[in-house]
Amino acid sequence: MAEAVLLIGTRKGLWVGRSDDSRRQWTLEGPQFSMQGVYSVAADTRGEVPRLFAGGTSEHWGPGVFHSDDLGRSWDEPPEGSIRFPADTGTSLERVWQIQPGPAFEPEVVYAGAEPSSLWRSADRGVTFELVRGLWDHPHRPKWEPGFGGQAIHTVIPHPDDRNRVTVAMSTGGVYRTADGGDSWAASNSGIKAYFRPDPWPEFGQCVHKVAADAGRPDRLYAQNHHGVYRSDDGGGSWQSIADGLPSDFGFPVVSHPTEPDTLYVFPLVADGNRIPVDARFRVYRSTDAGKSWDALSAGLPSGPVYAPVLRDAMCADNMPGAAAGVYVGTRDGCVYASTDSGESWNEVARHLPDVLSLRAAVV
Amino acid sequence: MPVVVRLPTVLRSFAGGAEQVEVADAGTVGAVFAALEQQYPALHHRITDDQGGLRRHVNVYLGDDNVRDLDDLATPVSHGDELLVLPAVSGG
Repeated sequence: MAEAVLLIGTRKGLWVGRSDDSRRQWTLEGPQFSMQGVYSVAADTRGEVPRLFAGGTSEHWGPGVFHSDDLGRSWDEPPEGSIRFPADTGTSLERVWQIQPGPAFEPEVVYAGAEPSSLWRSADRGVTFELVRGLWDHPHRPKWEPGFGGQAIHTVIPHPDDRNRVTVAMSTGGVYRTADGGDSWAASNSGIKAYFRPDPWPEFGQCVHKVAADAGRPDRLYAQNHHGVYRSDDGGGSWQSIADGLPSDFGFPVVSHPTEPDTLYVFPLVADGNRIPVDARFRVYRSTDAGKSWDALSAGLPSGPVYAPVLRDAMCADNMPGAAAGVYVGTRDGCVYASTDSGESWNEVARHLPDVLSLRAAVV
Repeated sequence: MPVVVRLPTVLRSFAGGAEQVEVADAGTVGAVFAALEQQYPALHHRITDDQGGLRRHVNVYLGDDNVRDLDDLATPVSHGDELLVLPAVSGG
């Protein structure tokens, strides 16, 4: 029988939720990685044995990427660490913001996005990583500025069919993409506003918070910006606003439905200067027409006032085959809610955890 | 006599559970940690960053002195000295 796992990365360690494939009753185990902020988690279901990842940062002992081949019961990392900046960079790894398995046809490839803004590629399924020099050496890099949380690559989207195409997003800097396997990169922010700059439409420098690829069309991308929600239909070549119908265009996560084209989820916050849910109501917003219209989802979510925001990687969907998608959302006040019907209704999975930084779910 | 490096509890698992490790023939604090890289790479990785510097919130004491107040990694050590590694009181 299939098993479902829910990785909950928090400010103070990792919790692992376990369920059968109904995903209705979860038991939580944790915390692991005590006193580490777990900023990235991932579930790689491509191989015969699923491999889970956790990117933790100890304020004292530094960052690490850990992997588990027993569904989170034990974790490993190489003695020297998985990710180390080469000596010639004069740089040290601060934090791993994203761990992203590569395309299905390259089962040993795993990417990582890190702070300071850098992309890393693993050819041994996430045990050791190599710096992607083409992006590190990009002439724009000295002009990428840190956002409030640091200057990092937080999104990595490998093209599902083309090993040479990868899209990344960073705060700040914006969206960049390669079509030659990482040797060269082009800024891809046309149409995304940077209201906080003298020229609000720069080539790069946008504060893109998260990007997701549509389930049906890999060249259809969605971006939650630092004010602004956008869609691209040409792989990031140009972007158009899809914020009409949302109560606010500010927020952090954007998640695509894993199987249904044109379906995506966001969590609007009031504004840059007031980062709490709009009207203090805890509502996930879903579009089923690629952003033309939006529905507020709230059945089973807290009805009282909620002031806790949802961070960029604290929303995800699972990969349940042959059933409605599971959608998961975690809050900065340590609650996690899950839906097994693509967001129509929700149940509480956890409460009173530390701030939820990252969530990923998989049925294995 | 070698230089002794005393470890906090949280780091002992990276040294086979030992409360302290010994390094021979090291003339500076930096050389002590460079030698650790060979003997205990995981321990070395937790104390120093990618470029070999002390991690920001790790303190190393030689006697009562934080080596940052001396000559940092260039601080001389001699046989019989003890280095004490401690996490700084920081973080949230």
